[in-house]
Amino acid sequence: MTCLHLLLTLVFAVSLGTPVEIQRPRGVPLTKKQFYEESKPFTCLDGSRTIPFDRVNDDYCDCKDGSDEPGTAACPNGSFHCTNAGYRPMFIPSSRINDGICDCCDTTDEYNSGAKCENTCKELGRKEREVLQKMAEITKEGFLLKQQLIEEAKKGQQEKQSKVTDMQENKKQLDEKVEALRTVKETAEQPEKEAKERHLKAWEEQKAAIRLEKDKAKMAETFLELDDNADGFVSVSELQSHAELDPDADGTLTEIEAQGLMGGAEQVDTSTFESVWPKIKDKYHSEVSREEADISCLEPAPVETPPDEVKEPVVDNDSEPYPEDDISEEEDEDDEDEDDYHEDDDKVSAQPTIKTPEKTHEDEEAMPPYDADTQALIDAAQKARDDFEEAEKALREMDDQIRNIEKELSFDFGPDAEFTYLYSQCYELTTSEYIYRLCPFNRVSQKPKYGGSETNLGTWGSWSGPENNKYLLMKYEQGTGCWQGPNRSTTVKLTCGKETVVTSTSEPSRCEYLMEFTTPAVCQEPANIDPSPHDHVEL
Amino acid sequence: SFGLWGITLLMGLLSVFFVCLFFSSAFAVDRGNFKTCDQSAFCKRQRAFKPGQSPYRALLETLELSDSRLTLQLINDNNKVHLLLELYRLQGNMTRVKINELKPLKPRFEVPDVLIAEPPTDLSVLSKDDNGVVLSLGAESQRLIVSARPFRLDIMEGPEVLLSLNSRGLLAFEHLRLRKDTNKEEDGLWEETFKSHTDTKPNGPTSISLDFSLPGVEHVYGIPEHADDLKLKTTDGGDPYRLYNLDVFQYELYNPMALYGSIPLMLAHNTQRTMGIFWLNAAETWVDISSNTAGKTVFGKMLDFVQGSSEKPQTDVRWISESGIIDVFIMLGPKPSDVFSQYASLTGTQSFPPLASLGYHQCRWNYNDQEDVKSVDQGFDQHDIPYDFIWLDIEHADGKRYFTWDPHKFSQPKEMLQGLMDKKRKMVAIVDPHIKVDSGYKIHNEITSKDFYVKNKDGGNYEGWCWPGNSGYPDFTNPEMRAWWASMFAYDQYEGSMENLFTWNDMNEPSVFNGPEVTMHKDALHGKWEHRDIHNMYGLYVQMATAEGQIQRSGGAERPFVLTRAFFAGSQRFGAVWTGDNAAEWDHLKISIPMCLSLGLVGVSFCGADVGGFFKNPSTELLVRWYQTGAYQPFFRAHAHLDTTRREPWLFGPENTALIREAVRQRYALLPYWYQLFFQAYRTGMPVMRPLWVDYPKDTATFTIDDEFLIGSDLLVHPVTEEGSRGVTAYLPGAGEVWYDVHTFQKHNGAQNLYIPVTLSSIPVFQRGGSIIPRKDRVRRSSACMENDPYTLYVALSPKKFAEGKLYIDDGHSFNYDTKKEFIHRSLTFANNALTSSNLCPDCNFLTSSWIEKVLILGASKPSKVVLKMNGKETPVDFEFDSSMSVLTLRKPGMNAGDDWTLLLQ
Repeated sequence: MTCLHLLLTLVFAVSLGTPVEIQRPRGVPLTKKQFYEESKPFTCLDGSRTIPFDRVNDDYCDCKDGSDEPGTAACPNGSFHCTNAGYRPMFIPSSRINDGICDCCDTTDEYNSGAKCENTCKELGRKEREVLQKMAEITKEGFLLKQQLIEEAKKGQQEKQSKVTDMQENKKQLDEKVEALRTVKETAEQPEKEAKERHLKAWEEQKAAIRLEKDKAKMAETFLELDDNADGFVSVSELQSHAELDPDADGTLTEIEAQGLMGGAEQVDTSTFESVWPKIKDKYHSEVSREEADISCLEPAPVETPPDEVKEPVVDNDSEPYPEDDISEEEDEDDEDEDDYHEDDDKVSAQPTIKTPEKTHEDEEAMPPYDADTQALIDAAQKARDDFEEAEKALREMDDQIRNIEKELSFDFGPDAEFTYLYSQCYELTTSEYIYRLCPFNRVSQKPKYGGSETNLGTWGSWSGPENNKYLLMKYEQGTGCWQGPNRSTTVKLTCGKETVVTSTSEPSRCEYLMEFTTPAVCQEPANIDPSPHDHVEL
Repeated sequence: SFGLWGITLLMGLLSVFFVCLFFSSAFAVDRGNFKTCDQSAFCKRQRAFKPGQSPYRALLETLELSDSRLTLQLINDNNKVHLLLELYRLQGNMTRVKINELKPLKPRFEVPDVLIAEPPTDLSVLSKDDNGVVLSLGAESQRLIVSARPFRLDIMEGPEVLLSLNSRGLLAFEHLRLRKDTNKEEDGLWEETFKSHTDTKPNGPTSISLDFSLPGVEHVYGIPEHADDLKLKTTDGGDPYRLYNLDVFQYELYNPMALYGSIPLMLAHNTQRTMGIFWLNAAETWVDISSNTAGKTVFGKMLDFVQGSSEKPQTDVRWISESGIIDVFIMLGPKPSDVFSQYASLTGTQSFPPLASLGYHQCRWNYNDQEDVKSVDQGFDQHDIPYDFIWLDIEHADGKRYFTWDPHKFSQPKEMLQGLMDKKRKMVAIVDPHIKVDSGYKIHNEITSKDFYVKNKDGGNYEGWCWPGNSGYPDFTNPEMRAWWASMFAYDQYEGSMENLFTWNDMNEPSVFNGPEVTMHKDALHGKWEHRDIHNMYGLYVQMATAEGQIQRSGGAERPFVLTRAFFAGSQRFGAVWTGDNAAEWDHLKISIPMCLSLGLVGVSFCGADVGGFFKNPSTELLVRWYQTGAYQPFFRAHAHLDTTRREPWLFGPENTALIREAVRQRYALLPYWYQLFFQAYRTGMPVMRPLWVDYPKDTATFTIDDEFLIGSDLLVHPVTEEGSRGVTAYLPGAGEVWYDVHTFQKHNGAQNLYIPVTLSSIPVFQRGGSIIPRKDRVRRSSACMENDPYTLYVALSPKKFAEGKLYIDDGHSFNYDTKKEFIHRSLTFANNALTSSNLCPDCNFLTSSWIEKVLILGASKPSKVVLKMNGKETPVDFEFDSSMSVLTLRKPGMNAGDDWTLLLQ
């Protein structure tokens, strides 16, 4: 029978160098000593019953709340207090009293188990102080850094805010400018249009005259060709030698058909031939054409290509979505040249002078250059267009910039914007197999060290720390899907550190990653602890 | 432990074919991967025979009788092949019937290493004439009648036939023959193809079959492992129950498909008698069950009874095996406990496990690294949840080379094990039987140089795909191989191992990812025997050799702990079994009860299911309910698939952590009872977790119950296994008996269906009136920490104010209980208002520092005085009486748990 009667401990506490003896039942913290008075019956701390004091710590559980057995394992819900002089006092569950495992560094939990415990409180205290000191230093420095970060972030924020305000102002002006230039452009384009139309009309009239001339010449030439016997008349039989003129396309041009073409006459002279010519000119094959020029072949249907329909290679703007991803401002600048190119694409070039190579042999048909007045109008209009487009582009860029800054400003960068500096940065950690990359407020990814494609471990979701400080955890969600599993996700645990660095990654569950990340931004204001070593004593 | 599809992760590059094969299976078994009877040539052939006149005839003139054995030749009149029948009477009311070819072309396989003894006893001929022979089976006027033409056997007691063999004429023995003598080349006689696999059958057809008729029997049980109800169903119109150890990926419930293990023992039960049929054959086996009452309504049966017209209810059973001989043990009971001890006398009892292994086990595929192990260990302390074992799955080894450690994740295994040891905790690491073919791997090289691998049909080393990729399979049927394997567990061989490291044998069906039905080719060779002959025993041998290794590493001093997935008759002697790769579904929680009950009935008491479900993520409610159920099942381990989210008990909010903590604490408080029951199982073969009918064999209401169960005789558990349940209806058996709710001490009468309203914290458990259960109510962080703690005795009085129980105590881990009789075994009896502890083993010798801190007497009346009588002295004992529940609490009587004493209520 193991009898563990009332065991009163003598606690030798060292208080500022003066040893003090404090008597109280085993396992009772000083704060509760008052409830355990040897001279009086003991009332369970929940008030449920009162028992003789010799039943306190008698290794039998009498109180439902376990309060009668602070120093034994008798109560399932009791707790034991170790003073741990030199280190931190603590409570352990009663079930750890005399279980053969040293839990209290002052060995007081193992007073009857035979476990060989050594008092390690001093050592632990020393180590803890070292750690605390180190932590305190880190916290201190980290907190200073944090102040800078806050400062910078605030400055940056203000700058951005005022920049946005300025830009909004500029934008308003730009808007007005664009509208003004639009009017200028439209005003300039009207006379340009009229002048160009005039020019075009003149040229078309000229072209018609030339075409008529040519037709006449051709007719005369044909007459001569048909008039085989050079008698000044084209006869039915002479016409019949040109079977291609057969109107019913049966292969032969009969006499009657030929006569029909000739308006019923047996023969026609040059002036009458004028009425025959329109009926045969489309089908007529020149007798010289087989050997000689193919000009006549090209002639019959000269398809006009109006100059304003000539197209340049156009890049389809729709296929290039406007870049919405977070692109830093620097990158924006780099993109400008390219953007210029795109900006022009949706404008149809109005350059009238462009010639296509196929038309070179028709030089005589090319539109003559604009006259000086027209050209001046065109130049003026073009300048108005260019000015307008430039202004419009500047406006769009301004919009982009405002949007980007507003997006950045919309992130929750912490109560004092201390996390702002992480925005648009990335931090890497290389393990034996992978390179992990954390881009705060953007995404987490993993890439095999020795080749292979990148896997998205989640994109920025939200702060998800405990209620009292949600800024201790970041959650990245909806990464690449796992087979038969969820989408990958990553929790980033933030701890105070001088440096901003990813310290570890792990995958506690399949496809659920945990990343540890130090940053000054979570360093708390250091409590004013005095790191000088002196024992913590409760009195 | 994982089924098949994880393979794709490992072998993606290696075999597109597999990827297609395995990806195609969604979240249920791909039945197409496994044979039906129709796809198994011998089963189809045998099943085509219908009941009728047997072609077999006994040649009575060949009868020879020795003291214990009768032999007799049988002839098949169709082909004139002679068989030799041997009949033995065995001690303990058993009969053994062996039938082999009289002169086989070559020896046929007879199962070794399963029987621990075959105790024959006298057999005498009572009478003999031209029609047959009557043999005496000893007591109770039991006779065995051998009828000659046609051949049949009937076992009678008085005028009643208990059991008949070949009464339906289904004895069929395919004799060995030469291929050239085969008349017609029937399909599947000399070659058989399933999916892409061809089984060359150099021995041709070798199957055997025999029928058994059980007059008066309507309930048969056993023949695990199947994910099905406790009571076996008739198989007419469907497939027979199949016994063929297979790694079935995402198995389906409620069907007769084969699973990871096979125990060819069937129990037959009615109100008068319990019997057993043990079919000792390790080849692929199918069991058909039919019944003349199946399908009849209760009313129909009653009508038959009233009219007196009906035929007697009868169950007919037919066993079909692919090779070997007919070797059947018929156990005549008559009580359930008799059948258990009869079977135990043949195949041995449950190994007595180390006490810690009855605690809670925390497992996951996989704990990622040492740091992970450490933080999970700390998590249990932070949340004040006890546990004893943390487990490491295949990822702990270096490239799935078992007996090694991953050099990055587990670089300091001893440091890790020491950390656990400092907390009196233990670890299990997996060691599977497939060995990576890798010339840089010591185990592979030694097996190769000793020529210990299983051979393929052409004589080369058999190779197949498993977790490590290309793998060899050691021939565990070879005793030299097993001895060598055991020696690999020596501390100087198994680097990084320590005394608190134990073993898990998974994939030992054996699982071969690219083999037929995901297992080994039947024409692979184990010495001179084909894999066909030994298949169902492979897993048993793996666990046998592993357990032996653990015993040897301590010089025979310490008890082993080995968990196995595959098993066979006799596996109970080597450790624990779990129900394989279940899923986080309510039905899987429910099925864990009949699956473990079935195993308990056939000797394997140390059974459990993966708490939480292996595949998929359990809902919080399911997880809590599973802990509550698992806490009351013998092997209590949480396990989870690699792809599931973490589910350590504290990850579901403080309320659920508290619920799980409470379930685990109930388990730990009851460890003295569990331990005592396992001692009893080890000694007698009585199952630890049992169906109600085992203790209430005459109560027909209990015969099909498998949603509640007994632990020992004294605790009845009806776990909540329905989602959103608000109440359960538990059947409390025993007319005139009482049961006490263990939480409220409320008393309920037996022989009633009791509706119990439940909340999420409820685990309906009742203690039988008439029992005494010792508990250790001071639950600590592991079982070892509780070693010296005092006991509380829960005395639940019967209506006659009587109760009894037992207390067993030893060191919890060594063989000293056996080799040095170092244990305490006490009988606790409450009668005539006196509770007495008396010694059940006076020549035993063990000292404990545990004492009796409290005695609760349920159903008591208030005494005026309580006195402790001990060593001739009387001392008063303080007490309290709660009249509302009639509970008398004796305060701190204080005697040592090993002492003689009496507490008198006056």
